Amino acid sequence: MLLEARNIGKSFTGVRALDGVDFDVRPGEVHVLLGENGAGKSTLVKVLAGVHAPDTGTVERRGSLAVIHQELTLVPQLSVAENLFLGRPPRRFGIVDKARMREDAKALLDRVGLDVDPTTPVQDLGIAGQQMVEIARALSLNAQLLVLDEPTAVLTDTETDRLLDIMSELRAQGVGLVFITHHLDEIRRVADRITVLRDGRSVGTLPGTATVEHMIELMVGRTIDEQYPRRRTEPGEVLFKVEGLTRRGAFHDVSFHVRAGEVVGVAGLVGAGRTEVVRAAFGVDPYDSGTVEVAGRQVPRHDVQAAVRAGLGLVPEDRKGQGLVLTSTVADNLGLVTMKASTRAGLVDRRGQRERAAGMAKSLRVKASGLGQQVRELSGGNQQKVVIGKWLLADPRVLVLDEPTRGVDVGAKVEIYELVNRMTAAGRAVVLVSSDLPEVIGMSDRVVVMAHGRVAGELPGGTTQDKVMALAVQEFPA
Amino acid sequence: MTTVASRKNVKVLSDNGALAGLLVLVVALSLLAPSFLTTQNLLNVGVQAAVVAVLAFGSTFVIVSGGIDLSVGSVAALSAMVGAWSSAEAGLPGPVALLLGLGTGVVAGLVNGALVSYGKLPAFIATLAMLSVARGLTLVVSQGSPTTTPDVVSFLGSNLTPYLPVPLLVMLVFFGITGFVLSRTYSGRAMYAIGGNEEAARLSGIDVRRQKLVIYALSGLFAAVAGMLLAGRLSSAGPQAAVGYELDAIAAVVIGGASLSGGVGRATGTLVGALVLAVLRNGLNQLQVSPFWQQVVIGAVIALAVLLDTLRRRTR
Repeated sequence: MLLEARNIGKSFTGVRALDGVDFDVRPGEVHVLLGENGAGKSTLVKVLAGVHAPDTGTVERRGSLAVIHQELTLVPQLSVAENLFLGRPPRRFGIVDKARMREDAKALLDRVGLDVDPTTPVQDLGIAGQQMVEIARALSLNAQLLVLDEPTAVLTDTETDRLLDIMSELRAQGVGLVFITHHLDEIRRVADRITVLRDGRSVGTLPGTATVEHMIELMVGRTIDEQYPRRRTEPGEVLFKVEGLTRRGAFHDVSFHVRAGEVVGVAGLVGAGRTEVVRAAFGVDPYDSGTVEVAGRQVPRHDVQAAVRAGLGLVPEDRKGQGLVLTSTVADNLGLVTMKASTRAGLVDRRGQRERAAGMAKSLRVKASGLGQQVRELSGGNQQKVVIGKWLLADPRVLVLDEPTRGVDVGAKVEIYELVNRMTAAGRAVVLVSSDLPEVIGMSDRVVVMAHGRVAGELPGGTTQDKVMALAVQEFPA
Repeated sequence: MTTVASRKNVKVLSDNGALAGLLVLVVALSLLAPSFLTTQNLLNVGVQAAVVAVLAFGSTFVIVSGGIDLSVGSVAALSAMVGAWSSAEAGLPGPVALLLGLGTGVVAGLVNGALVSYGKLPAFIATLAMLSVARGLTLVVSQGSPTTTPDVVSFLGSNLTPYLPVPLLVMLVFFGITGFVLSRTYSGRAMYAIGGNEEAARLSGIDVRRQKLVIYALSGLFAAVAGMLLAGRLSSAGPQAAVGYELDAIAAVVIGGASLSGGVGRATGTLVGALVLAVLRNGLNQLQVSPFWQQVVIGAVIALAVLLDTLRRRTR
């Protein structure tokens, strides 16, 4: 065994991320780590790499381990060779020996099958080439264990093929590989063993020959109960209509509609283009063709203010990066969207704004010391309530929620679901983008499933997770 | 509840941090230099602070919104020069010349704003370019020699009564305007949102680009007013007036507790910051410290003020 982890447990501020997980890697094998978002894969990798100390259990490692993340850690302006030997270039008399560096780099690049001049700046390589450089660097550090954390999410099909080939090659050289991916077909091609995580527990280790159905069953296998208190209302007229929305390289011919009083979920794997579509519909990013309509009227392209005027709202997936002004107070954040409407002759009606913010904070039960508290000091769930609250104050006809419960504790989750019910009861339309399958199934009246930037299909609410996953992993001809 | 109390303490401390520093300076200088604590000298300090303070009020808008304006010294000089030239050379009536000068500042600010918002240039680069362009235009207009200002501008540098210098009044008026803009107007509130998180502001429907135009235009207008104050005191607009003043303005804003990363800053802080600089300069003169050493001391004070601010934030 290159790596042997036994009975790993890890909690973060009371939330159990890992519970009694066993995991091992042999030399010359590809061991796939499979699970839904939030199942504990990243935490396990961090424990294996020594970033987090486990609360319980032991990790034994023979040989060094390197993790290749989705976000690369190369210096774009430096050459391939300089990146490979970053911080430890071969030296002669204290001076960097460039000739030797190039030779050594060439040998390493051969190992990963990357045929480029070592003096090429890394930024000219493209994302796949950069990944290879990163892998080569790990090998140059004598890593016998490689963890590849969703490397194929950013690759094209041909690039993925090459990466899978190189993984087989490295396996033949005796390297142990841990491979994280959501694409089940890739697993079937390279996996020797598959360990499935669910809710922080290892629910089984399958042979590489396991069927896709078997994998999905282990991965989801959870029943939906009253965690999702969706109260349906009779759907009315179509309030939101996206028709043939296309942006080259991001999403293609995406169409769906939402009626008044309806919640439409948008499910799909990370990278399926869900966030890109809703951002484009809301005017944050441009699109090449297609139309967006609110209550029958077309919304201008790439114009957030027009979208807001038309009655659209977006709670973005990146709460801190795009939803909140962290340096400002709860009141100021709650008033951000309505500020314009409560301005007369350039002057903001601050008292009115404060009163409305106070009312909203109270009705959302935002736990803060006061309206003057900075939002950065609130918990994740309360921050999210503030982001949703600023939109509720504007009372949009259509509210798009992108991963509204990510990093939110269970209690606040249910409160957010109740807000969704409140909106639909008032005849508004809600789009719920979520990677949390039970949530998107439990809270939506219909579920649109996206794969590779396209709508793969639509399912009724309360459908099964297997059906959603089957659509989500669907491949489209290129 | 404890967090409220401690937050309030922090807030009071942060305002009083710069204010306490100012008081310490005043007390120390009163003891060391007998001529410091006289009515006449304190009025002088106010007059000396006025130009930098008005520049700094304009810079407060920019810095709160997460930007920077390096061009304010040059724009001040250009505006004053355009005003003086319009009256002395073009023969326009004084008030018209004054308005032309102020308009020049606004136009320069609008150009900065357009480069930053629509041209997507970093504010540092756009306003650095304007620093050079405006100074060059000042030299072009003036042909390199000082120009007499019209009476209305000279009035800005005079005394209403022996104990009421006009620059002091102008400084206080603009202090009031700055506080009002920041706390009450849509643009002011947008400055905090844009500086705190530009993407969140945009996704909340705030027209970030138009607001940036407004912000830099305000900075240009305030620079023009500061330029008039400076020229008025000498009754003459100089081609090399206000060189390097942009750095004093930024220093005043930062000493006043604003964050260069945006989202934080207040009019009172900036006023105190400008007064700290003016008191320091005046006091060092009274103590007959050589101008060479004065620069060293002022630099050290700026570093110290921001260092203390950073430490305070870290211990939170």
